[in-house]
Amino acid sequence: MRATPSREVLRSWSPLAGIAVFAVLLLVVAPAVLSPFRLDNLAKYSCWAMAAVGIGLAWGRGGMLVLGQGVFFGLGGYVMAMHLKLESAGAGQVPDFMALYGDGTMPLWWEPFRSSAFTLFAIVALPVLIASVLGYAIFKRRVKGAYFAILTQALAVAFATLLVATIQQTGGFNGLNNFSSFFGYNLYDPTNKRMLYTIAASLLVAMLLVVFQLRRSRFGELLVACRDGEERVRFLGHDPANVKLFAFVVAAVMASIGGAMYAPIVGIISPTDVGAPASLLLIAGVALGGRASLLGPALGAMAVGYGRSTLSESFPTQWTYFLGALFIVVILLIPAGLSSVLPRLWAPLRGRVGPARRLRESGATA
Amino acid sequence: MNPRRTRRCAGVALTASMALVLSACGGTKTDSASGASGASASGSSCVNVSGNTIKLGFLNSTSGAMAISEQTVRDSLLLAADEINAAGGILGKKIEPIKEDGASDPPVFAEKMQKLLTQDCVAAVFGGWTSASRKAMLPVVEGNNGLLFYPVQYEGLEASKNIYYTGATTNQQIIPAMDFLKSKGVKTLFLAGSDYVFPRTANKIIKAYAATLDIKIVGEEYVPLDRDDWSAQVAKIVAAKPDFVFNTINGSSNVGFIKAYYEQGLTAATTPIVSVSIAEEEAPAMGVDLTGQYASWNYFQTVASPTNTKFVAAFKAKYGPNRPTSDPMEAAYTSLYLYKNIVEKAKSFAVKDVNAASGGVTFDAPEGTVTINGENHHIAKTSLIGQINANDLFDVVARSGAPIEPDPFLKGYSWWKP
Repeated sequence: MRATPSREVLRSWSPLAGIAVFAVLLLVVAPAVLSPFRLDNLAKYSCWAMAAVGIGLAWGRGGMLVLGQGVFFGLGGYVMAMHLKLESAGAGQVPDFMALYGDGTMPLWWEPFRSSAFTLFAIVALPVLIASVLGYAIFKRRVKGAYFAILTQALAVAFATLLVATIQQTGGFNGLNNFSSFFGYNLYDPTNKRMLYTIAASLLVAMLLVVFQLRRSRFGELLVACRDGEERVRFLGHDPANVKLFAFVVAAVMASIGGAMYAPIVGIISPTDVGAPASLLLIAGVALGGRASLLGPALGAMAVGYGRSTLSESFPTQWTYFLGALFIVVILLIPAGLSSVLPRLWAPLRGRVGPARRLRESGATA
Repeated sequence: MNPRRTRRCAGVALTASMALVLSACGGTKTDSASGASGASASGSSCVNVSGNTIKLGFLNSTSGAMAISEQTVRDSLLLAADEINAAGGILGKKIEPIKEDGASDPPVFAEKMQKLLTQDCVAAVFGGWTSASRKAMLPVVEGNNGLLFYPVQYEGLEASKNIYYTGATTNQQIIPAMDFLKSKGVKTLFLAGSDYVFPRTANKIIKAYAATLDIKIVGEEYVPLDRDDWSAQVAKIVAAKPDFVFNTINGSSNVGFIKAYYEQGLTAATTPIVSVSIAEEEAPAMGVDLTGQYASWNYFQTVASPTNTKFVAAFKAKYGPNRPTSDPMEAAYTSLYLYKNIVEKAKSFAVKDVNAASGGVTFDAPEGTVTINGENHHIAKTSLIGQINANDLFDVVARSGAPIEPDPFLKGYSWWKP
């Protein structure tokens, strides 16, 4: 190692320090100081944050405004919920709602979700498959900008409508709920709730590490290049479609895993968690935190979740106005998001420290 | 940065993250194994009964699509709390309401229920409207061994030991409505409903019962809750020419249905409707003269009883002379008084004691005397059929003789095969 690490190296590794601090806060400090209820809430916010980390990659770095991440969030959530529902029903039994609202028979496509291994596989494989097919069609046809945003948003609306319409297979408007256990662990038990929190928080930290690595890789450079000048990238001999497709698939998988954790943590997954408003709230979180930064999207999504909880507790009737006002203020005054504030405060500080130190080193002060 | 180093870094990062996840799972799995075997949820209650107040949670949507309905329930809960406090409280303790907003979003109901039970340590929670909100609260209230009083008529087929259902179940609203149609000599019936659990289940029951009553179902149409365009479906009603329409549409979608209905020439005189979700609040909002249409409920503002006269007067005095009273509002008002009566019989706020004492507890409610069924936690209620008059209020045209015992799973009906 060289005696003085260059500023370049320091800058490239400093996000890792940020992730480390974030991980310590989530995994060590939070469980120690928060009540079980607040920890449960934090677990829920972490699920949204997972989807937000993916959006940060696709939108912040790749310039793809994904307005329908609720689809992939819901995909993971429903896959997990189907497994939990079958687990609660017991071997060979049919989930309760099918008997209540339908004719008591289970559609064949539910059957594989009895297996935990298949469920875990599907949580990753299904979004990969769907996002790949969809992304391939979209990006190869060079659909971008507002058209891409509208398309993904429409997808979220369509998915929610489909869920509502297929009440006998998916529980309809009520969604899937009333789970008793999570892979054999009683969901009511406080110890197991803490376990769920730890898993969710760890997954979130893991995703941040993945995105950290992706950002500094050649792929990350190409992704930003595609965002800022797609035609130039094409001119240089790369296919932007492939680069964007990969980012889109990664974002989809992250949203799906977030959804899969959301179902057991909240105890319900319903069309309201996957539709357009839910998807927009995710985007709002990412915008609030700062879409192009590493930690910004996750922190923003968590801040929105925290804001919804606490504002509605303190102002049960007016809280939605406050939340709306907050979004407007942030977008107007700090378009790069809250995470851009800290470096901006930091810069002049460092500027002031610099000359002072130089002064000291030159021996001007005794 | 050269590609080889990038790949190596990626490998390190991935390994590190995997190790982190695995260690997290492994670490907690061991100590949770003993916890899981215990199976019982945290039964210890944190409710403070030592002071001279008792905290109760009022959990209704005051924002979002359901706010317009749920705010009326909140208002009548607060009225009941004021009255009870003025009369000395429950077991001598004044009610301290903790108000929370369910935001018309089921996961929010789950979160707020948990907050009320574990942070605020309330003795009982009152609220919920949609079935989705109740289903979301159910695991939380059972897991924390709390109490929920749910004030809205619903699709039945549920009985939790931690929930008291003070609205009608199907055999107190749907089945009496069918009996009424039979008495009117109805031969053909058309079903129109919103596409969610309540209408689907209600229509399943209606179809099973209609078969034994020799009423022919000539059509069945559903439209999602958030859609208002009913013109295509109403056209089918015009074509089918049924004697009556059974309306299980909920919320603002009713406005679109009624509009299309009258636009296409159907009226109370040609093809009357019997509704189970249109009450005093909704009737004036439809934009057409509904005089002559029917509704099946357990309470109407026009019910003649001294308790109701007092309730209506008190409500109008508190919230204004133009505010009507309706079935869910009355069921919410009744639920708080029922809770008071149970607690005073049990001489305890503990869930275990409340559940032991609840069977047979009565209250002289505005709708008439109601009695709690200790087995299924529903209440015996009188069923009423009302007909809308020129003032947008309902005249009672038929009633069940005695209060109907609740039968949420329809065990007493041989034609019902779940």
